Amino acid sequence: MSKIVIDKLNLFYGKFQALYNISMNIRENEITALIGPSGCGKSTLLKTINRMNDLVPDCSISGRVLLDDEDIYGDIDVNQLRKRIGMVFQKPNPFPMSIYDNIAYGPRTHGIKSKVILDEIVENSLRKAAVWEEVRDRLKKSALSLSGGQQQRICIARALAVNPEVLLMDEPTSALDPVSTSKIEDLILDLKKNYTIVIVTHNMQQALRISDRTAFFLNGRLIEYDETEKLFSMPKDKRTEDYITGRFG
Amino acid sequence: MSRKDYLSVLLSLLVKVSACITFSVLFFIVGFIFYKGIPHISADLFAWEYNSDNVSLTPALINTLLMVFLALMLSVPVGVSAAVYLTEYAKKRSRLVEIIRITTETLSGIPSIVYGLFGFLFFVTVLKWGISLISGVFTVSIMVLPLIMRTTEEALKAVPELYREGSYGLGAGKFRTVFSIIIPAAFPGILSGIILAVGRIVGETAALIYTSGTVAEIPSGKDFLFDSARTLSLHMYTLSSEGLYTNQAYATAAVLLVIVLLINRLSEKLAKRIMKGNGK
Amino acid sequence: MKKYKEKIFETVFLLAACISIICVMLICFFLFINGLPAIGKIGLKEFFTGTQWKPGDTPPLFGIFPMILGSILVTAGAVSIGAPVGVFAAVFLAKFCPEKILKWLKPAVDLLAGIPSVVYGFFGIVTIVPAVRNVFGGNGYSILTASILLGIMILPTVISVCTEAIKAVPESYYHGSLALGASHERSIFFAVLPAAKSGILASVILGTGRAVGETMAVIMVSGNQPRMPQGIVKGIRTLTANIVIEMGYAADLHREALFASGVVLFMFILVINLLFLLLKRRAGL
Repeated sequence: MSKIVIDKLNLFYGKFQALYNISMNIRENEITALIGPSGCGKSTLLKTINRMNDLVPDCSISGRVLLDDEDIYGDIDVNQLRKRIGMVFQKPNPFPMSIYDNIAYGPRTHGIKSKVILDEIVENSLRKAAVWEEVRDRLKKSALSLSGGQQQRICIARALAVNPEVLLMDEPTSALDPVSTSKIEDLILDLKKNYTIVIVTHNMQQALRISDRTAFFLNGRLIEYDETEKLFSMPKDKRTEDYITGRFG
Repeated sequence: MSRKDYLSVLLSLLVKVSACITFSVLFFIVGFIFYKGIPHISADLFAWEYNSDNVSLTPALINTLLMVFLALMLSVPVGVSAAVYLTEYAKKRSRLVEIIRITTETLSGIPSIVYGLFGFLFFVTVLKWGISLISGVFTVSIMVLPLIMRTTEEALKAVPELYREGSYGLGAGKFRTVFSIIIPAAFPGILSGIILAVGRIVGETAALIYTSGTVAEIPSGKDFLFDSARTLSLHMYTLSSEGLYTNQAYATAAVLLVIVLLINRLSEKLAKRIMKGNGK
Repeated sequence: MKKYKEKIFETVFLLAACISIICVMLICFFLFINGLPAIGKIGLKEFFTGTQWKPGDTPPLFGIFPMILGSILVTAGAVSIGAPVGVFAAVFLAKFCPEKILKWLKPAVDLLAGIPSVVYGFFGIVTIVPAVRNVFGGNGYSILTASILLGIMILPTVISVCTEAIKAVPESYYHGSLALGASHERSIFFAVLPAAKSGILASVILGTGRAVGETMAVIMVSGNQPRMPQGIVKGIRTLTANIVIEMGYAADLHREALFASGVVLFMFILVINLLFLLLKRRAGL
């Protein structure tokens, strides 16, 4: 089942072309990893899915991106789109507010005012993000007082609180220590049951560990896209092979 | 397309309305004064000697120029030297630097009327200089000192380390480096600050009423420093409070505005030059 | 020989730097020496809480309470107009304004800041005073008039510090909020501005200080009656105006009382500035 369909997508920053003719299907309830060297366009592609690229001046696209068969660049409400597609950033960015307010921010934005409901949402989200036990007694404390790994899980909980269908993760563990990284990888594997996840990662071992499908990008082009095990053990393209064997970074 | 909710629309409206208010007020003030004032700018207004017929602003204008020149002669060397000390000589975390920063910030926050009181107490009375040009000059110099110190400091800090390293590497001493390399490189920034100070002095009134006084004549003779001298802003104030010379008041206001506008533009152009010069 | 020369210059620069310390000490010294004894002679309670300022009476009355109230009311009025407009305008400049227009607007704000107070005062006399007169009756010189004029005058002060504070907030908060589906406006107001709290507050405090210290423009439009406030469309006199108006002819105790009120003003401003500095530091500006 294709949750997201990317169809002949080209992306331009002014005159500079960042993505060339990308076509790929992302399956529901799977973890899809985007890998490739720095500057290959994988983060750009990720941000196309929730239209965060709209923020960059002079950014234009041709081609289509479909969410459940609906063109997200057509006549739709972008804010509603971003409610359905959550994003976790490379550097944890909790708001300078209490943990509670961080999680409740999304639901409040989308109209939920009842304290009872908000309390419930906050607890559920923090549980889903496997961080409830650690913070349940200090929900009113500032989110900035937590460690990096905890902050990132707060950000994941915050994204989950608006009940998205898709989760986009842009190198979510690259700023964290190995222990936090492993905790978050377990979390992501767990979330797969209920969400469609697309993750950009620099770390090939991470892609191997957690993803179902992997797409390899180079210079803005999609070189190869296959089930993760197949791509890593029997890559079809020489460039893919060179990258995963470390011949270039 | 994103359909916005009511709150977002309201916030957007508030923000834009506030910006509109701010800038229309500016345009209105400037436009109104020019509209009413420029037609009344006449040769009479610029007559060399003031009398109650022509209410000429020329003596006041000349006095203002004099005051600016003299005040800068005091505050620029002191201000620039002080800034040089703070950026090039002082140890980063010294107690003295902390104190100097606090006192400078304090000085820049004191309202002009308090400066006027101090000037009256110290220069006019204690030093017995009387209400005179020189009392006004000293009072105003202290007022703009923090401004010059601050802008000079920023200009000095913006000079790339490379320049200093190059000079020391050639064996030049600290003073030579500062004098021959750093100050010239920071010059546009320093100048931009000086021009800001000029703007401040031109607009100053409360500090000068009781220090340099209201005599509408150009000080002359060998004791000219000790003559009372009205500046342009003070002249403006007297005109509007007398209520008899509305047209000339508008014209004087227009002249003041033009001067301020020019000073502003000049200062900006210079500030832009340093940005380009340092390749930022 | 060279070292000797270096040392001399260093000392010269050091002395120049210390002049700022000397000035502050001198100002404090002379103000206090000339102002404080008066408070003693008049009586602390009578000076601060006395509601009559009648230096010409026998015996003369030196209560500055009406002027303190005058300053407070005019400042409060100015801040309640200038702060919200200023903050929202700052939000516009920092986050809503297209690049092309920004080029012109930033210098425009600096220009507003450079207009001399007498010009503002004159403008107030010829536009705001008649307007207030037409709408509310009376002679137009009032607390309201002064508040409106001062509100305008503090706009550039509030705007410049506030824009800096907003720009200093990391973009990541904005992006994080947008990614949750919040609109541009909501993201600015509920994720970015809270992070700029200290800086915004600092800008308002600085504006307050400016309003308290303003003299000429206030004199020109507030009526200057040295009496307890009688209503928002009636005139009052501020501490600053009091000093300028009466210094010209005050003598002996009267004059000393004016110095004393100058000291009061000075202390008040010092406190405000201290607050501003603390907040600025907290905002990391």
